[in-house]
Amino acid sequence: MPAEQTTPGPERVVGWRALGRALRPRATRAQVLTGVLCALLGFAIAVQVRQTDESSLAVMRESELVSLLDQTTRQADELQDQVNDLERTQSELQSGSTSREAALEAATRSAAAQGILSGRLPAEGPGVTVTITDPQGSVSALTLLNLLEELRNAGAEAVQLNDQRLTASSYVLGTDGGVEVDGALVRPPYRWVAIGEPDTMATALAIPGGALAKVQIDGGTASVQTQEQVEVTATRAVSEPEHATPRTGDGG
Amino acid sequence: MIAVIGLIVGVVAGLVLEPTVPAALQPYLPIAVVAALDALFGGLRAVLDGLFDDRVFLVSFLSNVVVAALIVFLGDQLGVGSQLSTGVVVVLGIRIFSNVAAIRRHLFKA
Repeated sequence: MPAEQTTPGPERVVGWRALGRALRPRATRAQVLTGVLCALLGFAIAVQVRQTDESSLAVMRESELVSLLDQTTRQADELQDQVNDLERTQSELQSGSTSREAALEAATRSAAAQGILSGRLPAEGPGVTVTITDPQGSVSALTLLNLLEELRNAGAEAVQLNDQRLTASSYVLGTDGGVEVDGALVRPPYRWVAIGEPDTMATALAIPGGALAKVQIDGGTASVQTQEQVEVTATRAVSEPEHATPRTGDGG
Repeated sequence: MIAVIGLIVGVVAGLVLEPTVPAALQPYLPIAVVAALDALFGGLRAVLDGLFDDRVFLVSFLSNVVVAALIVFLGDQLGVGSQLSTGVVVVLGIRIFSNVAAIRRHLFKA
């Protein structure tokens, strides 16, 4: 080691001149030896740098490798947990959306059915049209109600009288001014449109002593036409139930 | 000058030949390199002091390398290899710094 050197040379040169003198190429033993050692050092540096570049794992110690492996394994476990979580969420969302779709479809279907039954929606289909002329105004409200009941019995699903939609809560009232249906006066001629099985309804209306017979007794004339396609265009606003609520536990 | 040329030749040879370090030597080579660097700066300082002696340089170079590798080897056997090699690097780094400081004082008078 340099600190061990105690014997000074014959002439002491210092500073830049010493450096310059040392750098001057001479084929002395000292120069050659230093060159060889420096070559060795350069070689080792180059090799080590390359080694560090290409394989950082290979030069690591056992404990470092173990902790690295540990860390990597833990990371992989965490990521796997995350994957499981996300997959579970995905399947939940998928089944949720399918059941929601099914529920929506059912709700739409039932809304359509109830809309027709409650008179909220216009409807079309096979049915009958019944035209009642009443020149003297002598056909009673009771007769009209009778006709409506007969249509209902025969399975009419949507019924319209002139521009009034008739539903389960409809009423027919005889007043001094004429026949009142659901609070509105209805004037002859009465034109009924009913959707249902046409032949069944026509037969039901025509039975002896039945609805049509009553009309004739009252002094009016009635004609029934069965049709492949009739349209019930009138609608009726449905009020929200004020007192009745769905029974809990009986969902639907 | 021959030293500088030797250094360059060594680096080029290392890059061109692309040798692989034997697995048994892998933990010791970095420490040996740092030790050799310490010896090199020590030699340079001796040159500037006018005290350079090739025999001393050779011995200090080789003993530095061998002792450093030996310490790390011993540390590995004792199970404190990484700590001990860190210690060796720190000590050698301090020596390199003090040598460089001496060289700087010689060359720049500061």
